[in-house]
Amino acid sequence: MAQNLNQRARRLVMGIPLVWLILLFLLPFLIVLKLSFSQEQLSIPPYAPFLQWVNGLPHPVLHINNYTFLFTDPLYISAYLYSVKVALVSTLLCLLLGYPMAYVIARAAGTARSVLLMLIILPFWTSFLLRVYAWIGLLKHNGVINNILMYLGVIHQPLTMLQTDFAVYVGIVYSYLPFMILPLYSNLEKHDVALLEAAADLGARPFTTFLRVTLPQSVPGIIAGSLLVFIPAVGEYVVPSLLGRTDQLMIGRVLSDEFFENRDWPLASAVAILMLLLLVVPIMLFQRSGGRQMESHR
Amino acid sequence: MLAVGLTFLYAPILSMMVFSLNNSRLVTVWDAAHSPTLKWYGELLGNDEILDAAWLSIRIALIAASGAVVLGTLTGVALARFGPFRGRTLLVGMTMAPLVMPEVITGLALLLLFITLQQAIGWPRGTGMVTIILAHITFCTAYVAVVVQSRLVGFDESLEEAALDLGARPGTVFFRITLPLVLPALISGWLLSFTLSWDDLVITQFVAGPGSSTLPMVIFSKVRLGVSPDVNALATIMVLFVATGITLSALWLRYQNRRRERDMQLAAAANQ
Repeated sequence: MAQNLNQRARRLVMGIPLVWLILLFLLPFLIVLKLSFSQEQLSIPPYAPFLQWVNGLPHPVLHINNYTFLFTDPLYISAYLYSVKVALVSTLLCLLLGYPMAYVIARAAGTARSVLLMLIILPFWTSFLLRVYAWIGLLKHNGVINNILMYLGVIHQPLTMLQTDFAVYVGIVYSYLPFMILPLYSNLEKHDVALLEAAADLGARPFTTFLRVTLPQSVPGIIAGSLLVFIPAVGEYVVPSLLGRTDQLMIGRVLSDEFFENRDWPLASAVAILMLLLLVVPIMLFQRSGGRQMESHR
Repeated sequence: MLAVGLTFLYAPILSMMVFSLNNSRLVTVWDAAHSPTLKWYGELLGNDEILDAAWLSIRIALIAASGAVVLGTLTGVALARFGPFRGRTLLVGMTMAPLVMPEVITGLALLLLFITLQQAIGWPRGTGMVTIILAHITFCTAYVAVVVQSRLVGFDESLEEAALDLGARPGTVFFRITLPLVLPALISGWLLSFTLSWDDLVITQFVAGPGSSTLPMVIFSKVRLGVSPDVNALATIMVLFVATGITLSALWLRYQNRRRERDMQLAAAANQ
């Protein structure tokens, strides 16, 4: 069909989104890059202009002090490292919890499977913000969990669960679980059950079958799900703001504070660029795996 | 294992809903003498700040979702049906990246774009509803594109080719064959975009103006200071709304499937 569409129609269909995304997605990143080399200044907008006129000719002015600042100030280095660590741990926990769930759903029969899928998706359709907020009510000192544990006599003093790493892990795993389950499920449900039967016929125990037949086949799903969790988790803002530590910030929070509290737009831009550099390899991995998905059916 | 996971998923939501009926302002300390009560729901309905913000969020989400569906469908069709073309890799990249890009980065980038545009050509005149809508369309398009593209790829092209063989022009084929086939994807794409837009906080915070507060912004400034019972009431209303919507749509889908099966049986019987 596509071959019969005349050239103009084809160009419109692919061109409109291409132009829109270039203008509103690609171009902004170039602006951020340019701004990261600028200086903070008391003006509106609060940064020095990019081009300065010297002898009638425009000169780009590049300051790299934002970057040197980021590399030398321990606050930022620790924020980056902390963010990566939190994201890695959260992704792993998400995988450990989500894989069995995806597996059970993929093996479920007809109606049960649709009901289960609906149950997994439903929380996703309710507000992300409100679901993270819900954990405040559960984790705080006089919150639900502490009340229950104290009532049962398991503990005599309330546990401190808010403003800890633990709370951030819970928050991220909770919010991103559907993003882990869905790619895993969509991979697992395509597995050929006959292969499992063949392995059993050849004498393999269930665990061996899982390890040597199911697991290797599910690797693309694992990769897709893990990247879908890890990459945005590095830059998470809401979860650490509501549940996280106050003595160690994640980089998303740092960026926001630099921008809104300190009004240092160039520095915030530099933070963003470094974050992007940090994530460029995972993002490209994700784009490759997604692109491959898009090709594989043709 | 599944039970553990589902409990984990639903415990916070249910806890929020239960405590929305609690008379105590402390939310999680159950005031047995005066609960359950609906007073927080009453307070919610009288709270102009929340109601105005909700109305703004709804309008933004309606427009953004519709815009995203248009752009996303074009993208999905191009990626699924056009084969290789110049700029395809770029389009694939720009479609996948928003799905994972941390929102603080996208938000910052979009705000700087709007500021730069304003300096260069005088538009947009300050941040506000328009900039929020443009931002939301941009990141929602990616989700719609993925949904549409994966649905299209599932249908082989023989139906469309058959129509062409029978003499239909490409435009007719698109509107009478392709579009009805992807309609479920369009609907779920629209609903997905609506939810994402309605719920978005970080990007909106960057591109919203001083006068425009969306519902997530209002909620966030409330809950930064701790729990608040009217937020529980709001959450309960939203959960019930979503649950009803999902159940209704699931029932409707089942009804559609049963009707289609019955039609196919009738057709098969008629061909005998």
